[in-house]
Amino acid sequence: MGTPATDIEALTSQEYKYGFVTDIEADSAPPGLNEDIIRLISSKKKEPAFMLEWRLKAYRHWLTMTEPKWPNVHYPPIDYNSIIYYSAPKPKKQLKSLDEVDPELLKTYDKLGIPLRERELLAGVAVDAVFDSVSVATTFKAKLAEMGIIFCSFSEAVQNHPELIKKYLGSVVPHTDNFFAALNAAVFSDGSFCYIPKGVRCPMELSTYFRINAMNTGQFERTLIIADDGATVSYLEGCTAPMRDTNQLHAAVVELVAHDNAEIKYSTIQNWYPGDKEGKGGIYNFVTKRGKCAGVNSKISWTQVETGSAITWKYPSCLLIGDGSIGEFYSVATVNNYQQADTGTKMIHIGKNTRSTIVSKGISAGHGQNTYRGAVKMLKSAAGARNYSQCDSLLIGDQCGAHTFPYLEVKNPSAQVEHEASTSKIGEDQLFYCRQRGMSMEDSVSMIVNGFCKQVFKELPMEFAVEAQKLLSVSLEGSVG
Amino acid sequence: MLEIRNLEARVAGKDILRGIDLTVKAGEVHAIMGPNGSGKSTLAQVLAGRDTYQVTGGTVTYNGHDLLALSPEDRAREGVFLAFQYPVEIPGVGNTYFLRSAVNQIHKHRGEPEVDAVDFLALVRDKMKLLELDESLMTRSVNEGFSGGEKKRNEIFQMAVLEPKLCILDETDSGLDIDALKIVANGVNKLRSKDRAIIVVTHYQRLLNYIVPDFVHVLSAGRIVKSGDKTLAMELEKDGYAGILEEAAEGVGSR
Ligand SMILES: Nc1ncnc2c1ncn2[C@@H]1O[C@H](COP(=O)(O)OP(=O)(O)O)[C@@H](O)[C@H]1O
Ligand SMILES: [Mg+2]
Repeated sequence: MGTPATDIEALTSQEYKYGFVTDIEADSAPPGLNEDIIRLISSKKKEPAFMLEWRLKAYRHWLTMTEPKWPNVHYPPIDYNSIIYYSAPKPKKQLKSLDEVDPELLKTYDKLGIPLRERELLAGVAVDAVFDSVSVATTFKAKLAEMGIIFCSFSEAVQNHPELIKKYLGSVVPHTDNFFAALNAAVFSDGSFCYIPKGVRCPMELSTYFRINAMNTGQFERTLIIADDGATVSYLEGCTAPMRDTNQLHAAVVELVAHDNAEIKYSTIQNWYPGDKEGKGGIYNFVTKRGKCAGVNSKISWTQVETGSAITWKYPSCLLIGDGSIGEFYSVATVNNYQQADTGTKMIHIGKNTRSTIVSKGISAGHGQNTYRGAVKMLKSAAGARNYSQCDSLLIGDQCGAHTFPYLEVKNPSAQVEHEASTSKIGEDQLFYCRQRGMSMEDSVSMIVNGFCKQVFKELPMEFAVEAQKLLSVSLEGSVG
Repeated sequence: MLEIRNLEARVAGKDILRGIDLTVKAGEVHAIMGPNGSGKSTLAQVLAGRDTYQVTGGTVTYNGHDLLALSPEDRAREGVFLAFQYPVEIPGVGNTYFLRSAVNQIHKHRGEPEVDAVDFLALVRDKMKLLELDESLMTRSVNEGFSGGEKKRNEIFQMAVLEPKLCILDETDSGLDIDALKIVANGVNKLRSKDRAIIVVTHYQRLLNYIVPDFVHVLSAGRIVKSGDKTLAMELEKDGYAGILEEAAEGVGSR
């Protein structure tokens, strides 16, 4: 590894090197963070006063905080003053055809089975096909608007629906929540906003559209989804295509709010650049995701497939406040080469008869270190609450590691908690059995691993389940034999 | 079809096979018998290409190819099938999916198109009936939660679907009651054909009442010490291994 500051600097300053910034005053702030920068961000985005106040409050609080040291991950210190916190949305360098794209990347697209026209889109090639997809997206948006569904960028929501933002922003992840969440609150650039009105079932996965926009993901992204009484929505974030970014540090925040009888299903496929074989240059993904089951019988379900990033620090959680509300967490986290992941969930049972399910599948290969950290809390008020946790680790090779830290706190005697855990090694006997039936080594590994993850994959929307399987195979390539 | 010449193999630093010679022609059924630990499974696994067993000498020619140069999957695709003594469980992988992948690998190897889903299902149903397997097993994970007998029948069922050229059965009879034994034997007999060779590895003569072999070989301490026809198996049943082994030892001594 290089010296920490230069690593980050090299990555964050690249935009300068390629010289797209002509007028620093207008398009981009100098590196570093202070109140003036935050004022600049807010004014550039033409935000109402309450937003600026909120950002400043968050910033002042952030200054009093220190980076968390408890996660089981190791990385050189981050120099927060070398990061550029504001730059205007910049057009990606457009390529003329796929011939100009890194052949390695194309090979990966091919293995993942990404449709041809999407490949061009993902690789940043200028083609007419893009217009097709965009117009499809526009059609979707019109249809959603008809039903009263608001689905737009965070910035647009701040402009057009300030009352909703004011009401819900920070209501699940307060600006004081943790070091990275506070930083995000101070400087977040953009993200997605979604509001499903009372009684409306969102008729489509909010994924097709999002996928097209996934390329514009910022370094400090913020997502807010609200399902009003009786509303349902399924949301998919990310895509299987490898995402490269010049920003090494990513600190996103996702807040979900489910009112009475509402249901939010949030699925993530995360495939940020994990770094090279020695682990150099990968993304640090420090995310705060939390859902609030505010209403009775509401339900929030997190499903995640994590294969990318050099370091992942992420605990999608549920606050089960409404009586009878349900929280779910289904996770596959894969580490290969020198990747590190410290991920899991928190289920906080507050309402009566609240239920939660945790299914975590950790796969470690190469020198990867995979930590599951899960907390289940049953507060005094949570009479009749139940939790089931299952936490399985699969090891490929003997240089990797799997660690499990379950935390449990039960304050109500009528609450029930059940925890199962297992660690197994991918068996030479299983591999040989598959190969004796004609499967290649790599197909055998991917078949066994996919079998291991089946419980989680079946929670994903169909088409993404298929992609997730392929993604897993690609991520584990070369991990055996 | 198969020519084994002076094959030697070791595992965990121990010499197990000490010069095996065996010729198997298409259409033949060979039984390999011998006491526990004589190297029967080792021979079966070496033929299938398991790399925990180290081949230290000799040659194996399969349909004119150097079998030992092929990867396990290529051997399988070329028609070598091993019915495992201890079939392996693969949680979360559906039995049907697994088998269809296997069939498709063979098709791909031969440059044929993938199997049609409907045809495959019909084939599977047909062969399940032959092995009297409950259809519910097809919706379960590979061997997961199968009884010992179901696992063994599943091996022969897979073999019936894959239609290999060289079938190696490693102690398929162990753990089977007499009814299951007859079902398995019937499944194997249906596969007997002039294009196919079968090697039946067993400790007991019992199975050979139902799968009648053309040749019987007795393996002891990593060598074939005696070969004969099906009457040799009867003899073994009557006198036990001790008698045969003594006789063989004298035979070797007097040479
Ligand atoms: N994986 C292994 N590691 C160590 N020893 C082994 C292994 N496999 C077989 N052996 C030894 O090799 C010898 C022959 O075993 P095997 O071929 O399984 O005999 P059989 O099938 O005739 O009972 C035995 O002594 C057994 O303990
Ligand atoms: Mg044996």
